[in-house]
This record gives sequence, structure tokens and C-alpha cells, in this order.
Amino acid sequence: MVTSVLNYGRSGVHDWVMQRFSALVLAAYTVVMVGWLLVNGEALTFAQWREFMGQTWVRIFSLLAVLSLAGHAWIGLWTVATDYLKVNWVRVAFLATIAVSLFVYVVWAISILWGF
Amino acid sequence: MQVSVYRYNPETDREPYMQDVEVNLPEGKDLMVLDVLNLIKDKDQTLSYRRSCREGVCGSDGMNMNGKNGLACITPVSEVVKHGKLVVRPLPGLPVIRDLVVDMSVFYKQYQRIKPYLLNSTPASGRERLQSPEERAKLDGLYECILCACCSTSCPSFWWNPEKFVGPAGLLQAYRFLADSRDEATEERLAGLDDPFSVFRCRGIMNCVSVCPKGLNPTKAIGHIRDMLLSRAT
Repeated sequence: MVTSVLNYGRSGVHDWVMQRFSALVLAAYTVVMVGWLLVNGEALTFAQWREFMGQTWVRIFSLLAVLSLAGHAWIGLWTVATDYLKVNWVRVAFLATIAVSLFVYVVWAISILWGF
Repeated sequence: MQVSVYRYNPETDREPYMQDVEVNLPEGKDLMVLDVLNLIKDKDQTLSYRRSCREGVCGSDGMNMNGKNGLACITPVSEVVKHGKLVVRPLPGLPVIRDLVVDMSVFYKQYQRIKPYLLNSTPASGRERLQSPEERAKLDGLYECILCACCSTSCPSFWWNPEKFVGPAGLLQAYRFLADSRDEATEERLAGLDDPFSVFRCRGIMNCVSVCPKGLNPTKAIGHIRDMLLSRAT
């Protein structure tokens, strides 16, 4: 068995399931957001937007979507990196950049969603 | 007809090159690509390629013809040549030993890795281990593989990670033994495949299905392995 320390869940099945689960979450989130914007987007005010985003279920759903995005992006980009980046330090540097960026995005999203 | 052949002799050539040869095809006959190579070799004995049975059974003459992998002996010239030119290259992704001959070590290593033989520790009762016709039918579409490597060398996942990704040929055989009612090592076999590379590097682009000269479907077998891994893990 091939081992690897940097992939998401150490197991191929785990990564595969996570990739699909996060894709479903992102698809559902996209449908909800696009749907809401189609209904309310015509003359959308900041107050309306704030009220919508401030609801607990929207905050939880948004956080779930952000976490899904981070997991999905990590598994996908880890796969791309291990396919195409053959020089070790280049790959590690690339993955480190991705990891830090995703971490920042997640923390930033949390502060936006729960900070107001 | 104009034929462009990949040539490389590591003892004399600094790098590979394409050699253009004009071949006179006999009137009214659709030759196989292997016949064309034989005509070239009649004039230039230095051209190297593998071939044996010349009828698609041994799997020796897998090569890349006008961009698509296949067995030269059962590929009619009319099928691959569209604009009057035949381009023959070695199987992609493997080290070239000479001309159209590639080093298939890594391909065989992956085949060896999946333990391509029955694992059964129960002593055989009487004469042989019997299977019902239904159990036997599960092996159809799996056992026919001749290991020509056309599929694995058309797979980008195998090109990028030949040491880690088993490849379509190896995985087809892995499933052939997972599906065999006489094999008892299902758990060990699955445990050896449950990592991010061995099976899951398959992105399902189905190049393997499109080139297999025996009409087999490795992508489907890989799907079955994935299902088995999934139900084992949940």
C-alpha cells in the first residue's frame, strides 16, 4: 500500500467520500444562494442582505459550505500537485501555500459570519 | 504511403527522432500496421519492435499508431490512417529501450503487486475447486486481458504516477481475483488498495476502455473495486 502523509484522510476511500460529500454541500449551497438572489436580487438592499445572512441557519449553512470548499479544494489540489509537481520542494511549497490560504479563508469566513 | 517511425538507438543516437519512410502498399489489400512495419524492416534491418503471434493474442506489439494505442497486428492501416500518413511511436509513458521497444518493468511490477493468482488457504476438497456457472460468469470480461499495456500507457494517471497508481490493466486483474468465488483474500487485497493512489488516482476518463484491443472495460472494474472499498469502510 502506498502511504502519504499530506493527503486529507490517509485513506483513498475517505478522500473520495469527502470529495463527493463536500461537492453535494456546495451544490446545495449554490442552489440556495442563487435561488434567494433570483427571488430577492431585483432591488436588494444592504439591510435585506444582512438580515438574510444573519439568520442562524444561513450562518451554519455558510460555514458548512466554507469548510466543504476548503476540504474539497485541498483534496483536489493535493491530487493535482502529486500528479504534476515532481520536484519535492516545489510541491511542498505549493501545498503549504494552499494550506495557509485555505486556513485564512476559513478563519476569515468564521469572523465574517459570527463576528457581527 | 508515407510512414513516420519513431527511431532511437541509445548506442548511436543522442536523442530520438522520427524517420520518414515511403512504403509501397500492395493494391487491393488492407494491410495491418504490423505488415507495414515488416515491409520497412525488410529494407532496414535495424528497425526494432516486438511481435510474436501476429493475431492479437500474445500482446507483444502494443504501440501508438496515429496517436492511439493498439496492437499493430490487428489494426488495419485503413482504420488509423486518415490523411495518407501513418505515424508509429512506442507506447507512451514507458522508457524506450530501442525504437518501438519499451521497458515494461514498472507495468509488470504493478501487475505483480496485486497478487495475480488465487489465494486460498482451505485445502482443496477432492479434485478441484468448483464454481457455479453464475460465479464463473463474473470473471467474463476480466480474465481475457493479455497484458499488452495499451490501456495503462494511455492513462495520464499512470503516466504521472506509474510507481504508485496500479493502472487499468493491473486493476482489471485485481478485480478479476476479488470477484473470484474461490479466492479467500478479499480483505487483504482491499487493504492493499485503500490508499489515495493505487485505485483512487483513476479519474474515470476511460482512455483504457477506448484503446483496449480486447474490448475490455477496466473503468467498470475499477468502479466495482471502489464500491467494495466503500462498503468495507462504511
